[in-house]
Amino acid sequence: MSTTRNPRTPDAPSAVPQARGGGDTRAGRRVRQVRELGILLALVLLIAVTTAVNPGFLAAQSVRDLLLGATLLTILAVGQSLVLITRNVDLSVGSVMGLSAFAVGTLFVAFPGLPAPVVALAGVAVGTVCGVVNGVLVAAARVPALVVTLGTLYMFRGIDFWWASGRQINAADMPDGFLGLGRVTLLGVPLPAVVALLVVLAAGWYLRNYRSGRELYAVGSEPQAARLSGIPVDRRVFVPFVVNGALAGLAGVLYAARFGTLDATVGTGMELEVVAAAVVGGVAIFGGSGTVYGAALGALLLSTIDAALPMLRVDSFWQQAVVGLLILVSIGLDRLLAVRTARRLRGGGSRGA
Amino acid sequence: MGPDVGTAPRAAASPGADSRSALRRLAGTRETSVIGALVVAVLAASLLVEGFASGRNAGFLILDIATIALIALPMTLIVITGEIDLSVASTLGLTSAVMGQLWVMGLPLETIVPLCVLLGVVLGAVNGLLVTVAGLPSLAVTIGTMAMYRGLAYVVLGDRAVADFPFEWTGGATARIPGTDLPWVVLLIAVLGGVFGVVLHATPVGRSLFAIGSNDEATRFSGISVAWTKLWLFVASGAVAGLAGVFWTLQYGSARADNAFGLELSVVAAVLLGGVSIFGGKGALPGVLAGVLLLGVIRNALSLADVSSDVLSIVTGVLLVVSVVLPTTITRLRERRPRAAPS
Repeated sequence: MSTTRNPRTPDAPSAVPQARGGGDTRAGRRVRQVRELGILLALVLLIAVTTAVNPGFLAAQSVRDLLLGATLLTILAVGQSLVLITRNVDLSVGSVMGLSAFAVGTLFVAFPGLPAPVVALAGVAVGTVCGVVNGVLVAAARVPALVVTLGTLYMFRGIDFWWASGRQINAADMPDGFLGLGRVTLLGVPLPAVVALLVVLAAGWYLRNYRSGRELYAVGSEPQAARLSGIPVDRRVFVPFVVNGALAGLAGVLYAARFGTLDATVGTGMELEVVAAAVVGGVAIFGGSGTVYGAALGALLLSTIDAALPMLRVDSFWQQAVVGLLILVSIGLDRLLAVRTARRLRGGGSRGA
Repeated sequence: MGPDVGTAPRAAASPGADSRSALRRLAGTRETSVIGALVVAVLAASLLVEGFASGRNAGFLILDIATIALIALPMTLIVITGEIDLSVASTLGLTSAVMGQLWVMGLPLETIVPLCVLLGVVLGAVNGLLVTVAGLPSLAVTIGTMAMYRGLAYVVLGDRAVADFPFEWTGGATARIPGTDLPWVVLLIAVLGGVFGVVLHATPVGRSLFAIGSNDEATRFSGISVAWTKLWLFVASGAVAGLAGVFWTLQYGSARADNAFGLELSVVAAVLLGGVSIFGGKGALPGVLAGVLLLGVIRNALSLADVSSDVLSIVTGVLLVVSVVLPTTITRLRERRPRAAPS
């Protein structure tokens, strides 16, 4: 649907619009840094307190478990952030992850000899296709992402159920080499966590240094203005959905490798947890601001809360309530920082919009 | 104009370019199409599915969708003002958990039920205050309170289930109106539907909701208290979700912290399917009720026809996507045509 007049290369000689995303002005950047430092501080504090109460928390094994646990959420939160920054949302990620995980399991059952990397690629491909579906519907048909992805949430989940038709795939159906992925370590860090780190760094680098990355912020800040300044808005909206789908596919692969037991309910309800991680990490729900580093820290913080509460002998029933409170505090804090920045930029004007 | 000639004019296509097209009217009346789809679905199910067209089955169907129908009423008004409340299912869950705990503590249900509705009011007010006074986006606020209320439900009841409610109450919740096959809850839906419908479509307050959804700021300048209105809507949403929590608990005879988990998305799906615009400013209550019923009819017919319930997910998703993609595409095709000819 979108016309392809602009060359894809980042150094296209058309009028270069100044992307005015949240992170670009100096005051804005400082806000982001304060924001991310805040989460980091909360994280360090939580770890310190938990370790003081229960020194076992920082034992190598429990740290490895924590990192493995945070991996899925981090990868999903990075993808979701790319979408959120363009003022869209992808609610279908939980279903996409489930579909990809089940596809991985099914492939192993159907073709026992298949090498694990091929199967992993197939899982990512399943996610990518789902991402393309979302992207086409949102960008080409120009319908609100919330509605479309709520629809595809049901569709992908339905396809998953239909395909699984009550079957369950167990660890015994998958090769040991694949299931052992989580035990492979690189300098003591589990391989999936390394993958997640690479995803975070790559996405962060792209958003910071590429013209098309900066344009995502411009699109999210003011789509109409971005369009008028020559940014191919449809394409900038489309690509994050595809990347997010691919990352959800990757998360599905890692889920299959980690848990081994797969049915059609994998990833149910995950979408809101992912959005929560991004929001806690300072990615604005209405676009135009936030970084993937923040989102990754948000995911890490939520996972750490999960792991720390039992260690602190807090009833694990409190976990969700604490997470909810944290989300509210985060968005409250963002609002406060935004109002202050706006006031400073206006030189004392009092209208906080 | 930017260099991207291909996309820019489409955005600038003037809205008044042509008002004659019949397609425009077709695209403009989403609720008519939903009601049409509902009629077709009912006819098709009556003809094709054995056992669908019976009063007994209608009773089951209504019990099945009652909770969604109830919560969808205030949700419609909220979405029309451009906001959303994702915490409704968690409010229901927390109400249910508190109901169970109070019952265990020995309070009579006559006291518990009003307390539960009051709890819903308080939870709704928290949402409302965070949205209006603190000025936070309702999507983010209610994702937060969704997690928090559900968490508190677990804190109150843990993973226990309270299931020893007296039969007069649990049986009463699903009892039929004497002489008919319809459950009492139909009356509740009808009364609340009437109240919300009249408020939305026949009062100045209702008109102001559409105005708020179309342009929040302009409405504020025209002297309407936007914050106050939104606060009341969230309170209403909480109250109805609390009431739905009581009903759900009695209907299934069990108070659990995870009651109605994930129901918020079904409610939102039904509201959007009913023709309410997610951007606010557009929608009608009859369309939403038709949307809720349509989903109920499809689910009921599929289960009677022994089609596994997974298909329902696919049908729900496809309906939702088609219902937004089709009108938008029609509008855009229509907008492009006159541009190609004379101008």
